[in-house]
Amino acid sequence: MSIITYIIVSVIKIVLVVFVLLTGVAYAVLMERKVVGHMQNRWGPSRVGPFGIWQPLADGLKFIFKEDLTPPYVYKPLYLLAPIISVTMALTSIAVIPFGPWISAGSVHTPLQIADVNIGLLIILGVTSIGVYGIALAGWSSNSKYSMLGSLRASAQMVSYEIALGLSLIGVLILAGSFSLRDIVNAQSGTWFGFIPKWFIFKGQIVAFFIYVMAAYAETNRIPFDLPEAETELVAGYHTEYSSMKFAMFFMAEYANMITVACLASVLFLGGWSGPVFGPPLLQSLLPVLWFALRVFVFIFIYIWVRGTLPRFRYDQLMAFGWKFLLPLAIANIIVTGLIVALQ
Amino acid sequence: MHLVLFFIFGVLCVGAAINLLVQKHPINSALSLIVVMGSLALLYLLLGAEFVAAIQVIVYAGAVMVLFVFVIMLLNAGEEEVLPHSSRVAVALGIPGLIVGLAIGVWVIARYAGLDRISLGGPTVSNGTESFGAPSLVAKLVFRDFLLPFEVTSVLILIAILGAVVLARREE
Repeated sequence: MSIITYIIVSVIKIVLVVFVLLTGVAYAVLMERKVVGHMQNRWGPSRVGPFGIWQPLADGLKFIFKEDLTPPYVYKPLYLLAPIISVTMALTSIAVIPFGPWISAGSVHTPLQIADVNIGLLIILGVTSIGVYGIALAGWSSNSKYSMLGSLRASAQMVSYEIALGLSLIGVLILAGSFSLRDIVNAQSGTWFGFIPKWFIFKGQIVAFFIYVMAAYAETNRIPFDLPEAETELVAGYHTEYSSMKFAMFFMAEYANMITVACLASVLFLGGWSGPVFGPPLLQSLLPVLWFALRVFVFIFIYIWVRGTLPRFRYDQLMAFGWKFLLPLAIANIIVTGLIVALQ
Repeated sequence: MHLVLFFIFGVLCVGAAINLLVQKHPINSALSLIVVMGSLALLYLLLGAEFVAAIQVIVYAGAVMVLFVFVIMLLNAGEEEVLPHSSRVAVALGIPGLIVGLAIGVWVIARYAGLDRISLGGPTVSNGTESFGAPSLVAKLVFRDFLLPFEVTSVLILIAILGAVVLARREE
C-alpha cells in the first residue's frame, strides 16, 4: 500500500470513528435519560421527535447558544485549558481500540482500527492518567471551594482506582502475552465443546472482570462512585464554574470515557468482535463490528442500570474499598493466574 | 520524518524546560515539567523504545506529576517573589553565557572521550522482527538476565516507602 493510500485510508477511518464516537456520546446521554426515566416510572425526553430521538441535537444547540460565562476571579489560562485536556484525552484513547478484523476493498487491505500499535493497552492507561489533569486543573483554576473539593476528590479517586484497574488487566496480559489489543482479541478466538467461547472472562478472569468494572466506574466518576459531583454536598463538583460549551466538553469527556471503558471491556474480557459470521461478503465484514457494538451497548446499559439502582458511597468507604479490597483482590488474581499459567 | 519529529519534540522539550525556570507561578512550572516528560516520551518513541515511552508517560507524567500538582493545589502556593537584588543584566547575559559555556565543555569532553557519535549501548537484543524496546524484549532483560538487580532495586524502593511512612507518621 502506497503512502498516499495509507494517509487517505487513515483519514477516512479517523473521521468515521470520531463521528461514530460523538454520535454515540450524544445518544448515550439520551439513552441514560430514557432508561433512568423508565426505571423511575416516568417517560424521559419525549417531545423532540418520535420518542425524543432528536433530543441530543436540541441539547447541543442549547449548549452552543447559552451564554459563556467566565467568572472574574478564575486563573484564566488553566481555566480554558482544563476542558480541552479532558475532552482531548477522552477522544484520543479511542484511536487504539480495534473494532473488527482486517477488511479488504479492492487493493486496500486495512484493519478496522485507527492505529494498531504493540503497546495499545499502555497507551490507553497513559492517556487516561493524563486526563486526570483536566479535572484537577478545572477545580484549582476555578478558585471556588466546591470546584476545589470536587476536583481533589476526583483526582484522589482516579489515582487510587487506576492502580486496581491496571492490576486487574495483568491477568489478561499473562494469558494473551501481548499489549496489542488486536493480539488480545485474537487470543480469545475459538470455542470449547463447540459452544462456550474462549473469552478471557470464561478463562478464569471473571474476578479480574469485576475488579475492572468497579474500578472503571470509579475512573469515570459514575454512580456509585460519583462523589466528585455529589450534588447534595458540592453543587456540581469540579465543573461548578463552567457554563455553555465548556461544561459540555466535560460532559462529552465523561461519556466518551464511558464508551472507551466499554470498548476496552469487550476487547479484554468479552472476546472483542467474535460472533457468528454468515451471509454475503459485505455482511461478513460488517457483522463483527455489529457484535462489537452490541457488547458496548450492553455495557453502557449496565452503567445506566447501576446508576438507576445504587446509592452513593461515603468517601472513606470509597477509599477503603479501593485500597483494602480491590487492590489485594487484584494482586491475588495475578498470583493465581500466574501460578496456573506456570504450572500448565 | 524521524529527524523532523526529533527537532519538533527536542525544541518543545527544551522550550518547556526553560519555561519551567522562567515561570513565576509553581503550577505553571509543574505543567511545563509535564510537557518536558511528554516530549521525552516521544523522543524515546523515536528511538524505538516504545515500552519505556509508555512507562514514562504513565509513571512520570501521569503519577508523579499528579502528586506535584496535588501538593501545589493543597498548599495553594502563590506567586514567587522577585528578589530585590537580582540584576537584569546578569539575567540577560549570564544565563546564555552559562549555557554556551556548558555546551562547549560537554562538546570538548565528548570529543576527547570519543563519544561524539551517539551509539545505543547496553545489551541490545533483537529477534529480527521487533525493535530492542519492544515490551517482550524488555521483559526478557528485566526478568531473566537482570532479575537479581531488578529485585534488589524493588526492595530498595520498598524500604524508601517504609521510611517515608515512618517519617510522616504522627507522634502518638
